Amino acid sequence: MRGRVALLVAGLLAGAAALAQPAAPTAQELRPVLQHHAALVHATYADTLTLAQRLQQTVQRFVRAPSAEALANARHSWLQARERYALTEAFRFHGGPIDGDDGPEPRLNAWPVDETYIDALIARRRQPISKRTLSALNTRDGEENVATGWHAIEYLLWGQDLSADGPGDRPHTDYVDGRAANADRRRLYLATVTALLVDDMAWLEQAWAPARANYRRRFESGDQGSLRGLIVGLGSLSRAELAGERLEVALASRDQEDEQSCFSDSTHRDIVGDALGIQNAWLGRYVRLDGQRLEGPALRQLVAARDPALADRLTVQMAESLQAAEAIEPPFDREILGGSDAPGRQRIKRVIDALLRQSASLVEAARALGIQKLNWVRKP
Amino acid sequence: MALLLAAALAGAALGQAAIEDQRPGGATTVEVDGRRAFSLAAANLTAEEQTRFAVGNSFFRRNWVAAPASTGARDGLGPLFNARSCSGCHVNDGRAAPGEAGLLLRLSVPGRDAHGGPLPEPRYGGQLATQAIPGVPVEGRLLMTEQALHGRFADGMRYTLQSPRYRLAALSHGPLDRQALLGPRIAPQLIGLGLLEAIAEADIEANAAAQAARGDAIRGQANRVWDAPSGQQRIGRFGWKANVATLAHQTAAAFAGDMGITSRLFPQTDCTAAQHACLAAPNGGAPEIEDDVLAEVVFYAATLAPPLRRDVGDAEVQRGQQLFQRAQCAVCHRPSYTTAQAPFPRLSSPALAGQAIHPYTDLLLHDMGEGLADGRPDFLANGRQWKTPSLWGLGLIQGVNGHQRLLHDGRARGVLEAVLWHDGEARASRAQVLAMSRAERQALIRFVESL
Repeated sequence: MRGRVALLVAGLLAGAAALAQPAAPTAQELRPVLQHHAALVHATYADTLTLAQRLQQTVQRFVRAPSAEALANARHSWLQARERYALTEAFRFHGGPIDGDDGPEPRLNAWPVDETYIDALIARRRQPISKRTLSALNTRDGEENVATGWHAIEYLLWGQDLSADGPGDRPHTDYVDGRAANADRRRLYLATVTALLVDDMAWLEQAWAPARANYRRRFESGDQGSLRGLIVGLGSLSRAELAGERLEVALASRDQEDEQSCFSDSTHRDIVGDALGIQNAWLGRYVRLDGQRLEGPALRQLVAARDPALADRLTVQMAESLQAAEAIEPPFDREILGGSDAPGRQRIKRVIDALLRQSASLVEAARALGIQKLNWVRKP
Repeated sequence: MALLLAAALAGAALGQAAIEDQRPGGATTVEVDGRRAFSLAAANLTAEEQTRFAVGNSFFRRNWVAAPASTGARDGLGPLFNARSCSGCHVNDGRAAPGEAGLLLRLSVPGRDAHGGPLPEPRYGGQLATQAIPGVPVEGRLLMTEQALHGRFADGMRYTLQSPRYRLAALSHGPLDRQALLGPRIAPQLIGLGLLEAIAEADIEANAAAQAARGDAIRGQANRVWDAPSGQQRIGRFGWKANVATLAHQTAAAFAGDMGITSRLFPQTDCTAAQHACLAAPNGGAPEIEDDVLAEVVFYAATLAPPLRRDVGDAEVQRGQQLFQRAQCAVCHRPSYTTAQAPFPRLSSPALAGQAIHPYTDLLLHDMGEGLADGRPDFLANGRQWKTPSLWGLGLIQGVNGHQRLLHDGRARGVLEAVLWHDGEARASRAQVLAMSRAERQALIRFVESL
């Protein structure tokens, strides 16, 4: 009897402790999760690098011999590489390599693009075009003065999107001497920014490569700080970036300028990629370019060990976000138009609502893991 | 026993104070450093407010284009302008450096306008436009030369300050008025502006009264300025001479003056009667920025959050804090306030009210001596007076903007040079810093950079 009371008290105490003081994971519990996450990040960056290199090959073929077919090939490889890159955005917003002081994010992914800025750089014949000069000119004197990255390349491949129901329709002759002014410099510009993008993707892949003295090593041994970074990254992308900057802003302005991949009309795929990237990190699951499946211990298990219902809810919410994102009908710049009852706007609203629910649950998940401060993580 | 308990309680209170002291913006404070240190929303906004912040941010960074254009939402740039977007000067919501678009030149002639503000220069208006839309001549270029000023600390260590001289070139409409007054102004970082706006006028007046009661050289004075949105005179708190009272006025004036974007508050572009091409240029509708869009940009500027302090427990930083007090820096750089309500509730957030904040400013004007004087009055501010700027976030400018150029025209290369430029009312404080040892100066800088 006495023994049973003691047991009961111990049980109550354990219960009270779990309620009052969320248990931070032990190093033993945490280490495999961080290691698997790092492997997943590296695999995603490595696959994106592979696709960026394919993009570079098609761009090189196009600038050597511009043709409608070569341009179509370059556009196709841009779309494939871009879709993979979107998955990596789940690794942003916590001071990791992509966003660090030397990180390439502004050079890789700045948007919206003021097209006239790139046109002016190409037209200014005395302006040297090199990786170094274009890097220095990127976002100089204004955040929309974008000279480099995915969306600069996108503009160079598609041109302005002036059609209602399709993407930009730049003719390949923009790259043919005698057919368009400064075709030679446009070719050089496109080749240069594409090469720069490959460099930056390679740098990211290296920062997460295994068995090096790099960021990954610090991340894997970073314990609670790394875990916090992982969650803050997923939460920030869900709420502030995807629901906020990418969707709510576009709904509010109804302006094509607020569409991320506006030249190629592929913004809907950016949104799906972001949602899928978040889900990948949560589940610890990633299907590689070659079909190989990565699976292992992930954030979900850590949360489930403390609050199984919360973990299940998050799993469902992330699936709902992804499903809602996949329901957006391209082109995105048409989807945001109309009154509040327009079907396109309602489809986007459903994505926002799903993301907000998922963000609120991520905050709960962080609390359950003993993490209180959630707005940012400084570099480790 | 009672003594022990009291000591323990005092210790606890001190501990609480230390934690509060880490959070310059109270509950709005965000933990961030690096490139985005000045770009995050107040931590305590509601979901709806986060949306407003995101929408405002979109228009803040947006490049405006010349009218007519295929986009109606963002045309109306110019005819004369200094930048195409807010972020053109406040890069990453941060601070500009000399040589960038974010160093602009205000122009005036002696006298006052109908509201008591400066009289614009007759041919070029209130500021030099260094860019223009096609077909309209650019007003001119700002050239700067620097003269080295040498000095020594008491311990024999030498220092060199750079004193800038300004000159105009390639003026489009002939020379400036012979009595023209030039006021160079650097674009500052934008964190915590809504909190500064929510400081009670009575607190600012109390600062002036407390300083007057000291009986020494420090004697701050509130600026009283015309506020267009409220249509009345208010205490000024924004701008290098506290010549603007509210963020709504500041933002609308910057759209009009810096980008040539008209609004209901500022329906005129800065074309003078002499500038025919400017007057004849097409506009982007009247007004060019609608009230609802302007409101979101104002909200955005109001809710950019001050970041958490760094190294608060560091012994050198704490030593620097003592030196900061001892040198009387805190008399003008007043550390703490509790915020009241914002002047226009719809353009701010309730999340900013009632916060214990630590901006380190009295929001008052001070005579800073001849070396810093620009000789250009602005409302009640005379040519030698400058508003005490807030110090929060100073140590993060390097990470955001890649430099640490301080003071009204960015002449100071770092905290110590900025201190050494202090003169006039701050002469005694500067003398104390000159007498400090190298280790003490280092500690003082560490403290200021931790804020």
